[in-house]
Amino acid sequence: MAVGIEKPPVGLSRVAISQTHGENSPYFAGWKAYDENPYDEIKNPSGVIQMGLAENQVSFDLIEEYLKQHPETSTGGDHNSNFRENALFQDYHGLPSFRKALASFMGQIRVGRAKFDPDRVVLTAGATAANELLTFILADPGDALLIPTPYYPGFDRDLRWRTGVKIVPIHCNSSNNFQVTRQALEEAYNSAKAMNVRVRGVLITNPSNPLGATVQRQVLEDILDFVTKKNIHLVSDEIYSGSTFSSSEFVSVAEILEARNYREAERVHIVYSLSKDLGLPGFRVGTIYSYNDKVMTTARRMSSFSLVSSQTQQLLATMLSDKKFTENYIRTNRERLRKRYDMIIEGLKKAGIECLKGNAGLFCWMNLGPFLDKPTRESELVLWSSIVHEVKLNISPGCSCHCSEPGWFRVCFANMSEQTLEVALKRIHDFIKKQR
Amino acid sequence: MANLSKLAVNDGHGENSPYFDGWKAYDANPYHPINNPNGVIQMGLAENQLSYDLIEEWILKNPKASICTNEGISSFKDIAIFQDYHGLPEFRHAIAKFMGQVRGNRVTFDPNRIVMGGGATGASEMLMFCLADPGDAFLVPSPCYPAFDRDLRWRTRMQLIPVPCSSSNNFQLEKEALEEAYEKAQQANIKVKGLILANPSNPLGTLMDKDTLTTLVNFINEKNIHLVCDEIYSATVFRSPKFVSIAEVINDPNVVCNKDLIHILYSLSKDMGLPGFRVGILYSYNDLVVACARKMSSFGLVSSQTQHLLALMLSDEKFVARFLEENAKRLAKRHKLFTEGLEEVGISCLRSNAGLFVWMDLRGLLREPTLEGEMKIWRIIIHDVKLNVSPGSSFHCSEPGWFRVCFANMDDHTMEVALQRIRSLVDQKKESSVKSEIPVVKDNKKSQKSLHLSFTARRFNENVIMSPRVMSPHSPLPHSPTVGAST
Repeated sequence: MAVGIEKPPVGLSRVAISQTHGENSPYFAGWKAYDENPYDEIKNPSGVIQMGLAENQVSFDLIEEYLKQHPETSTGGDHNSNFRENALFQDYHGLPSFRKALASFMGQIRVGRAKFDPDRVVLTAGATAANELLTFILADPGDALLIPTPYYPGFDRDLRWRTGVKIVPIHCNSSNNFQVTRQALEEAYNSAKAMNVRVRGVLITNPSNPLGATVQRQVLEDILDFVTKKNIHLVSDEIYSGSTFSSSEFVSVAEILEARNYREAERVHIVYSLSKDLGLPGFRVGTIYSYNDKVMTTARRMSSFSLVSSQTQQLLATMLSDKKFTENYIRTNRERLRKRYDMIIEGLKKAGIECLKGNAGLFCWMNLGPFLDKPTRESELVLWSSIVHEVKLNISPGCSCHCSEPGWFRVCFANMSEQTLEVALKRIHDFIKKQR
Repeated sequence: MANLSKLAVNDGHGENSPYFDGWKAYDANPYHPINNPNGVIQMGLAENQLSYDLIEEWILKNPKASICTNEGISSFKDIAIFQDYHGLPEFRHAIAKFMGQVRGNRVTFDPNRIVMGGGATGASEMLMFCLADPGDAFLVPSPCYPAFDRDLRWRTRMQLIPVPCSSSNNFQLEKEALEEAYEKAQQANIKVKGLILANPSNPLGTLMDKDTLTTLVNFINEKNIHLVCDEIYSATVFRSPKFVSIAEVINDPNVVCNKDLIHILYSLSKDMGLPGFRVGILYSYNDLVVACARKMSSFGLVSSQTQHLLALMLSDEKFVARFLEENAKRLAKRHKLFTEGLEEVGISCLRSNAGLFVWMDLRGLLREPTLEGEMKIWRIIIHDVKLNVSPGSSFHCSEPGWFRVCFANMDDHTMEVALQRIRSLVDQKKESSVKSEIPVVKDNKKSQKSLHLSFTARRFNENVIMSPRVMSPHSPLPHSPTVGAST
């Protein structure tokens, strides 16, 4: 992406003029279609159904129930905090009770197979800030991070825009369910080298967005060996860790490190957030968990630019300290997501559509390859445009996720009611029937 | 082991400056009226702790503003999901309205120009990312807020060029100084992209009048550079003259200005005393900047829970009017108490009518009018007098001997203790011979007795604000960033 542009109007920066924020991509055309004609069960039943938003709306009732039963949450619960103390609290170390609760929550998600030290938890305003912050710390402008494709479209902005860092793709394909291979890692590294670009690290999302699948243990081991060999960093964005349908199927890089006695752990950094697992994206709660003291200290200092509201820290500290609540929530949330997943897979199957076998996340990775005119990006976009404008479903085309194989689409299923999902499935069914 | 970036290893975080010695001393020995009456009193923190009762009262009366209460829980889901970087419309409207009210409704703000940032810290950095390339520079009048160095420069890689102001004219910004700084930059081939200033000023606590602001507007228009006004202390003005916002200046039909060059930074951290809530605001008159900054605000959005609370609170006109009035009264009172207490012992401060601090003149106590002289007396104040005040050098003040002293982050009793210690410092200085060092202030029985008496006297003489700040060393109150949390 060209960053050096000719003279910007009225003296803005190159960053301001660049397109690296990514919002002019065709991906956003789907959003516009939705915004102009949003589906509503009653008021606008023929509107566009939003299936491009990875939100978790299936478990709010659990949180609302908790709050109703625990009115003291609004005033800090057992911690006896008063308003003034809380309103004043801007220490970038974060509220100790919240860090403790968050570390414990992360451990619970991993069913105790990994433990997290509250003192290593660095808080940021969302994973968006966490990922950018880590990039500022691990790489200089012009350097690169290697990222397996397909990947979350937001990375283009979060990791590159203000940092000046590049993304070099690690190409994955359906021949092995899009898993990262050692060969792909080497190829990506070498292609960066050929461009004279210094690679500073590998960034993976586990479970993967958009694949909706966990990264296999062996692959994690391979990636860890690779970054060690190249003496670079590994960032593991585990934002969907609590959204794995079965707790036993998720392997965190934290577990691998523990099994290795924390050898080479200093190059590993985990990103987490409550936006997906708890369905609280508005609260802007992200965290960096780094095994590297210098990274941790620097990240903490840098978090000054994006701290978590103390009001929110207080609310969540109380709620997440309640182990009964969190255990029940994690378990129930997993079950409901699995149920939704099964529902959409079944519905798509009936329409003759296959998906990648998934086991996590708020979306499925749908294969419309067989329905493309030609196995090209253009064909994919043409098909996508029909789906957005005729079928009226906003789904995300694989090319927006930098997928090297055309025909794949990410379809979100957790941000709507079951009824709406039925409506969406029916529309797809009818559309595919017409194609035949 | 894999290297880190240049940003990660340089000093841009600003924490290695000697300035942090005061913080360390405080953290190691924090004052507490009962548990540690001989500890260091924190006077280096520009917090507004005088008006919480008003906010607490409002919150109790408006349970709907919280999404956790029975009255408010029906909003929980919609708010928890809301991550649109435009921000809650009602939040933007409330902020725009509040900003207008703070300026006596002499000017109105368009909610669609309001962009969120992670506190003023995040908002100011975000604006610099929009306006400056690495290596570009902004002029900034000094003395200025120390953290500008980190906030504006660290990750943006831009430069700050101080425009020194001097006591000869009460530290007012002079056009000649601006022109000189600009010229120098030009000659050094440094691209100046704009001028940034805080009005009301930190650390001075003074306001810029309309003529000065107009001069600045003319200057930046002539050079075609940006003007960023950080108005974070706008509601801490406690006495006349009234605050004149840059918004009012460019609203004046007689003032010619390319509005695309004007940007305002704001926050609720000082005016309302809510630094924990991380409410930073950028208000730009430049459409491109608004559009770009809004996308960038993804890196520092305000928690929707907090937006929701503040949307309701700040749109309550009656509450806001009462808060602004009462807050100003309390600041005025505290300011008067402190400055008069200092006057009594012959210490003067720059005449000010805003802010949460005074700019104290200790040039008379310096052995030599140098940085070393200032540092020497500063260390005495910290370690012997046990007050954490901020030395002028940390604000890039070109004249040694000035200190910023905060007065709104403590209760009346603590204020009195601080004054008493300052009195002792000056008395003992007068008593000792001219050539000797200022002796240590010993916490002997005599001073404790007078401490006690002072306090008692005050209690019957004034309407003390009944919100004693009982600060336990184990409280989650802000500690120095250099020290780990203690609980």
